[in-house]
Amino acid sequence: MEYLIKRILAVIPVMAVVAVVVFMLIHLSPGDPAALIAGDYATVDDIARLHAALGLNEPLWKQFMLWVGRLAQGDLGTSIFTQVPVTHLLAQRVGPTLSIAILTTVLSVVVAVPLGVLAAHLAGSWVDRLVMIFAVLAFSVPVFLVGYLFIYGFAVKLQWFPAQGYVSLSQGVGPWLSSLVLPCVNLALVYIALLTRMTRATVLEVLHEDYIRTARAKGLGVLPVLRHALLNAAIPIATTVGVGIALMIGGVVVTETVFAIPGVGRLVIDAVLHHDYPVIQAVLLVSAGTYVLINLLIDLSYGLFDPRIRY
Amino acid sequence: MKKHILASLAVVLMAGNCFAASAQAETTTIRMVPYADLKVLDPSFTTAYITRNFGYMVYDTLFAMDAQGKPQPEMVDSYKKSDDDKEWTFTLRADLKFSDGSPVRAADCVASLKRWMARDNIGHAMTTAGGEWSVVDDNTFKLTLAKPFGLVLDGLGKVSSYPAFIMPERLAGTPATKPLTEVVGSGPYLFKRDEWVPGNKVVFVRNPGYVPRKEAASGLAGDKASHVDRFEWVILPDSNSSVAALKSNEIDMIEQVPADFISSLRTDKDIRIGVISRQQAYMVMNQAFPPFNNAKARLAVAHAIDQNDVTAAMGYPDDLRMTYCATFFICGSANETDAGAAPFAKPDIDLAKKLLAESGYKGEKIVVLLPTSPSYLNAATLVSIQAMQKIGLNVEAQSMDFATLSSRRTKKTPLDQDGWSAYVTSAAEFNVDSPINGTYMGASCGNSLPGWPCDEKLDELRAKWIGATTPEDRKKWLDQVQEQAYKTIPYLPIGQFSLVYATRKDLKNTDKLWGLPNVWVLDK
Repeated sequence: MEYLIKRILAVIPVMAVVAVVVFMLIHLSPGDPAALIAGDYATVDDIARLHAALGLNEPLWKQFMLWVGRLAQGDLGTSIFTQVPVTHLLAQRVGPTLSIAILTTVLSVVVAVPLGVLAAHLAGSWVDRLVMIFAVLAFSVPVFLVGYLFIYGFAVKLQWFPAQGYVSLSQGVGPWLSSLVLPCVNLALVYIALLTRMTRATVLEVLHEDYIRTARAKGLGVLPVLRHALLNAAIPIATTVGVGIALMIGGVVVTETVFAIPGVGRLVIDAVLHHDYPVIQAVLLVSAGTYVLINLLIDLSYGLFDPRIRY
Repeated sequence: MKKHILASLAVVLMAGNCFAASAQAETTTIRMVPYADLKVLDPSFTTAYITRNFGYMVYDTLFAMDAQGKPQPEMVDSYKKSDDDKEWTFTLRADLKFSDGSPVRAADCVASLKRWMARDNIGHAMTTAGGEWSVVDDNTFKLTLAKPFGLVLDGLGKVSSYPAFIMPERLAGTPATKPLTEVVGSGPYLFKRDEWVPGNKVVFVRNPGYVPRKEAASGLAGDKASHVDRFEWVILPDSNSSVAALKSNEIDMIEQVPADFISSLRTDKDIRIGVISRQQAYMVMNQAFPPFNNAKARLAVAHAIDQNDVTAAMGYPDDLRMTYCATFFICGSANETDAGAAPFAKPDIDLAKKLLAESGYKGEKIVVLLPTSPSYLNAATLVSIQAMQKIGLNVEAQSMDFATLSSRRTKKTPLDQDGWSAYVTSAAEFNVDSPINGTYMGASCGNSLPGWPCDEKLDELRAKWIGATTPEDRKKWLDQVQEQAYKTIPYLPIGQFSLVYATRKDLKNTDKLWGLPNVWVLDK
């Protein structure tokens, strides 16, 4: 418990640093949201009026203090462009991003872990080589290229799945799953490759340990031995899975763009391109917070795999 | 067993698609990929076309341009003007009402027009002519002018930017510096705010309270009642994805097809391609600093650039681009003229070099802002830079995204203080098709447009064109405006091309699309 409190308290300075860095980076980069809002045919006077109306004329330190003040009250601000509260924008985007993250993770773990264990068990065989060739290919081919091939094959030609868009779970499990199959499989390929290699390497290492040899000598079957080995190799695998989830919750821009999924990644990229300061600040802060939280959960999960680890 | 699991999964997913499809079949919906995401809801707050297009969905206008480019009454039932052209009286059609249920009153129109006049070029000119709006009774309002003004109806029916949209007085009274977030109009559609996901989807439904005109739809005029229940703008930032979605029948229309995809879509038997808007690429030269503060240097660039090279580099097929367009006011428009254009019909590098030398240019560095996107502007800028280098201009191309360019061009500072010398952009036909609609052509001395053009003689000629009340007079002054423009180059048109839409073949009435997505004409 003491460890947990310490870790949670340690989040505060991390988030403070993130807040300052994010704010400064965004505001010091070239570009002006007022010029973008005003449009191509606006005069300099029009843009100056917008500057004043949007509060962008205030000194940077004052803008920062205003932002921090609102943040302390749980207010993430309002989009400069749409005038929609950022919390609302985030709430609209969390569903698709979480759906992708969860489904992709489940798919990756379900496929990669058995595949990695199998490759480790049959290390050096043609099966192992085949798995490794798949892993290298899946890791090397760009996500967008595979995405376009999926769209061409499964959406345009076969018409099995939609080419774009996200259907929320409230509209039915079938349409929801259907809208996620292509993006999740596309994205999962990379994670499957990564996890398979990771699982293979760690399980292979464990399989050479004395206690495995002892277990085998005592006549334990292949499956119980592999299960035993997997549990002992679980910590690096869990870390990789956790980091993968954290990255996906921060937004998977390429996949979201190719499949037109309205997730957090597209929200932040769009905000960056338009210099929509409140949105960028809020999303990056929330993403950083999520990352820190998931890392904490990963650390805590180690105790489940290895009872010797206690905090 | 595995086969059964896979088969079950496939059935669930396909059933899901069927349920979704049948749910959609209950209402007729057209799904269009607009050229950009809708960011700002207030059409008097930005000149962005997407917000203007949004305005046409939800608001109505007193007058509207028909397909021949003539202003026709829309919300107005009748109007009359005094013999001296100084007093105009307008009467509204009966039973018009806003989406909040309140009736459209003369007071709403007057408040909306005052807001519009604070923003728009024609509105400014109307103010200069002493224009004042007043309410006569609930259905009647009046414009009083100090001197005749030839563009009253053109102004009230102005297409772009800013159209004179009518909104309730309580909203129109909002200061022009504050963006409106409440959307209450009397147009053909209602905006579904609860379904709006910025960056993903904008939803409109048919406005049951919209009162259509009896005349058939023509351009933006006439009957604007929607043929379908629902209209969705689906924001697809990736062109490959939007084309795939069109081919797989998930969307009905792409508003603007990137040049790279036009040829391949033309070969698809299920897809129809058509011109949605004529577009003018143009160069803005910074007239506040050397060398382009000297008209001879600007003329030198005008003689150096070959329009054919520019439009070819943009990637549009031959039938969608012009090899040369003589007018500042869009070839094919009512204001097309070749007055003053003859010396510029073909590039003349020797003359350009001579003019540049006469301007006093000594090889100093100039900075051209090079947008990395959209690709057609990137290409147009690169070709222009090449032409400028050919006549001896020492060009430094500074590459940047369009957001940075939009900000950078507002800087009226020397080059060593982040200044600039020129950039290339483009405008749709309605933003350049007359001496007042054209942002740069319509800018009088003292304006604060990036580039800071100023030509007092052009101002005088433009004022005469605005004051002209007969077609003959207007044509005479139009020609003189262009002749003067070719002497001082307030901005430089560098090529005309056409933007195209793509639709599924089963979408009806696409031939009635006119310059912008006047989508109420479409049917399924």
